[in-house]
Amino acid sequence: MGIETSTLDRSAIHGEEMVLNIGPQHPSTHGVLRLQVLTDGEIVTKITPYIGYLHRCFEKHCENVTYEQVIPYTDRCDYVASMNNNFGYAVAMEELMGIEVPEKVHHIRVIVAELNRIASHHLAIGTFGLDVGAFTPFLYCFRDRERILDLFELLCGARLLYNYIWVGGVSHDFPIGFVEKVYEFLDYFEPKIQEYNDLLTFNKIFIERTADVGVLPADVAISYGVSGPNLRGSGVKWDLRKNEPYSIYNKFEFDIPIGTGAMGTVGDCWDRYYVRIRELEESVKITRQALDQMPREGDVHAALPKKIRPPKGHVYSRTETPRGDLGFYIISDGKPKPFRLKLRSPAFTALSCIDEIARGWMIADVIAILGSLDIVLGEIDR
Amino acid sequence: MELLLQKFSEVSFLSGIPSALLFVFAATLIAVSLFMFVAVNAIVAVYAERKISAFMQDRLGPMGQGVGLHAGKWGLLQTVADAIKLLIKEDIIPSLADRKLFILAPFILFIGAFIVFVGIPFNQHILVADFNIGVFYIIAMSSIGVIGIILAGYGSNNKWALYGAMRSAAQIISYEIPLALSLLTVIMLVGSLKMQDIIIAQHGLIWGILPNWFIFNNPFTFIAFFIFFISGVAEVNRTPFDLPEAESELVAGFHTEYSGMRWAFFFLAEYANMFIVAAMSAILFLGGWQSPIPGYMDSPAWGLFWFMGKAIFLIFVMMWFRWTFPRLRTDQLMQMCWKYFLPISFINILGVGLWDLWLN
Amino acid sequence: MTEDPSADGWHYVIAHMDYREIVDYINRNFNELYSPDTREEPAAVLRVSPKDWTELAYFLRDDENLVFDSMMCITGIDYGIEDENLGVAYNLHSMTHHHKLEVRIDVPKSKPMIPSVEKIWRMADWFEREIYDMYGITFEGHRDHRRILLPEDWVGFPLRKDYEFPETWHGIVVPKIKEEWE
Repeated sequence: MGIETSTLDRSAIHGEEMVLNIGPQHPSTHGVLRLQVLTDGEIVTKITPYIGYLHRCFEKHCENVTYEQVIPYTDRCDYVASMNNNFGYAVAMEELMGIEVPEKVHHIRVIVAELNRIASHHLAIGTFGLDVGAFTPFLYCFRDRERILDLFELLCGARLLYNYIWVGGVSHDFPIGFVEKVYEFLDYFEPKIQEYNDLLTFNKIFIERTADVGVLPADVAISYGVSGPNLRGSGVKWDLRKNEPYSIYNKFEFDIPIGTGAMGTVGDCWDRYYVRIRELEESVKITRQALDQMPREGDVHAALPKKIRPPKGHVYSRTETPRGDLGFYIISDGKPKPFRLKLRSPAFTALSCIDEIARGWMIADVIAILGSLDIVLGEIDR
Repeated sequence: MELLLQKFSEVSFLSGIPSALLFVFAATLIAVSLFMFVAVNAIVAVYAERKISAFMQDRLGPMGQGVGLHAGKWGLLQTVADAIKLLIKEDIIPSLADRKLFILAPFILFIGAFIVFVGIPFNQHILVADFNIGVFYIIAMSSIGVIGIILAGYGSNNKWALYGAMRSAAQIISYEIPLALSLLTVIMLVGSLKMQDIIIAQHGLIWGILPNWFIFNNPFTFIAFFIFFISGVAEVNRTPFDLPEAESELVAGFHTEYSGMRWAFFFLAEYANMFIVAAMSAILFLGGWQSPIPGYMDSPAWGLFWFMGKAIFLIFVMMWFRWTFPRLRTDQLMQMCWKYFLPISFINILGVGLWDLWLN
Repeated sequence: MTEDPSADGWHYVIAHMDYREIVDYINRNFNELYSPDTREEPAAVLRVSPKDWTELAYFLRDDENLVFDSMMCITGIDYGIEDENLGVAYNLHSMTHHHKLEVRIDVPKSKPMIPSVEKIWRMADWFEREIYDMYGITFEGHRDHRRILLPEDWVGFPLRKDYEFPETWHGIVVPKIKEEWE
């Protein structure tokens, strides 16, 4: 039952075009996004995204607060994967200042970052299912995500905006019994992946809806700066954790799943979705290794002055968040406040290609494609 | 109806009242009791849907705890509370909507669902009117609803609602065809459009073990049952065919602008329609009120039990669908109807004709 | 790089060049136009004037020894109230050869015009719009040159250091923030 909308003879059925606003209030825009869509019947002929509804002046704020105070703001950028955002900022700052953090801190960071990656992919998978009309996988994902949030609550008191990874360390050590709880979670979680596969991944209707839809070819993806699982879904084996290992990712054994076009074309919605499912397994692997290797004793802070004053200079550093390459461009003028702090958000670039890949598909497909790109508006608008 | 009138004429103190008045009285009584049935059906079904979805999704669903205002034990009062909330909610009509059509739409949809109940036999005796064109009447009346949906979509003056209405019109009209065609197979076997005739024809055993329901009658009716049921699910806009109200695409589809009591009527109609589809499948293919073991447990009370049991099971299957499947896309939906169901239905009719001709 | 990715079966070939090599290579092709930045890596940048930028951009992307196919980030910079320049930093990366380059273009605040590279790297589309939004740098040749994050009728360019916050916007009073809150 493949669809031939892109090859339809439009001249025969061409009608009057209608402008349709998907958003700002719409259940499937994953935040406050407005897609101005030009439709010819059900077929979408042009998409103009309007963003900025969640703009909170992140970069302007950063110029007015000290380097430590930036961290809670990074939480609020990608509020689904705050740990990874904290991590990215900390890595950038440490590169700028040339700080070497203790071994234990590296392990803690990797563990929480990978756990948060699992939680974030849960949200991506669940809401993608929701976008194509499957409600139950969404709640299954939330059931499991909930356990990670409980772990984080135990760890730092917050469930969503953690402010946990600081420059030169983490805010505090693992509480007693936390490591065992993480092991317990991993044991619980691993068989659940199969459950998602049974329920959603290999569902016939789901495959019909997502395979061959919204194909993002590799060269287009690179040109648009699309990164993370979206880029890997297009068959490009690119993961900063492997290719430019930061922190201690080079110590761990893991694979990088890429889209193979198993159900349709390489780079379709199904591939992007399945890359995320497989990354869950990889994250579990990394977390296990990090837990095994983690030194149990030690300090969780590098020796740092109370007020951070990085030397004059600038740095561009990027890390792999669940959404892709998160870049920080930081310019320091030697004062305790950043002179300029730019956040290069992966969802921003992912959204920018929506017109390219979703044009010519139906309204329902646009929603599916948007869901498969896994955008977080907090990060796009900053 | 005739039965009721006859009963009335037997009661002594009513004998002085003119028969026309009695007729009106009887009709009102029936209408009120049917409305009660539809409303109770919706309340029970909504509660069941909440609980079933909850259990399928590994959660508890509505639960009440502690003292004070809450949803009762196991959330039993949840739907009652919902109904009260809907009743006392502010009635909002968008200023740019077509007022008349906007108000009219939910009633037309509801009437379309409601009057179908006139033709549904609940057991050997509970049947408002056994028309000689029973099946035809039900099919005809159940398509009135689509007018309500189109009016709602058009009258709301909302693009999402319009999309929902357009999809709905296309979908319901398309699926009417395989629905009616698969129904024809049964009519060919019975030779009557009367509902009770169809049920009585399914009495007895087949090959000594299976009840002589039409689903087991021959391979073609077996397929016809599934086509009928799936088309029925598509007719009532349930997942995976809920495109007219696809909440992730069209916000809420044709009833985007409705709220409060007007919205409740859409809801009532949806659950009434679900019951109709389930009841029709049960009557046409699963023997209606016939007991699965012929000769046993076939008193009228058991008849009601069997009929409701079959219908409720099919409603459960619909809910099961809803909480398991993703949604199809418009073109896939149409493709399924025109490219698969329609040819299969035609083959079915041919097959049933030949089967009947040669084997019986 | 602590690990050689080619050992893991990567599909690209490492023809890695460091900053000095890249600048030398470009200079060989552009008549010694660019002088290397004297500072150490990774701070080293290639300073380009706006008029040379389009030609260089095509060269950077298409030359088979460079193949900067991926634009990582474009950052607008205001060098301060006293400084008369605005800057734009382009962070380039080659997915094929796995090397990086930062290109810095400075333009005077009086006439902030830079040729757009939106057709060369599609990713630049929204990033250039954002820089226009925040710094008021005009990108010549951009096909969809309008504000992106701020409303279209916003006055001023907020990330400039001399930006004054408006008192009201469409009649909505903007609350005054306290200075130096910590």
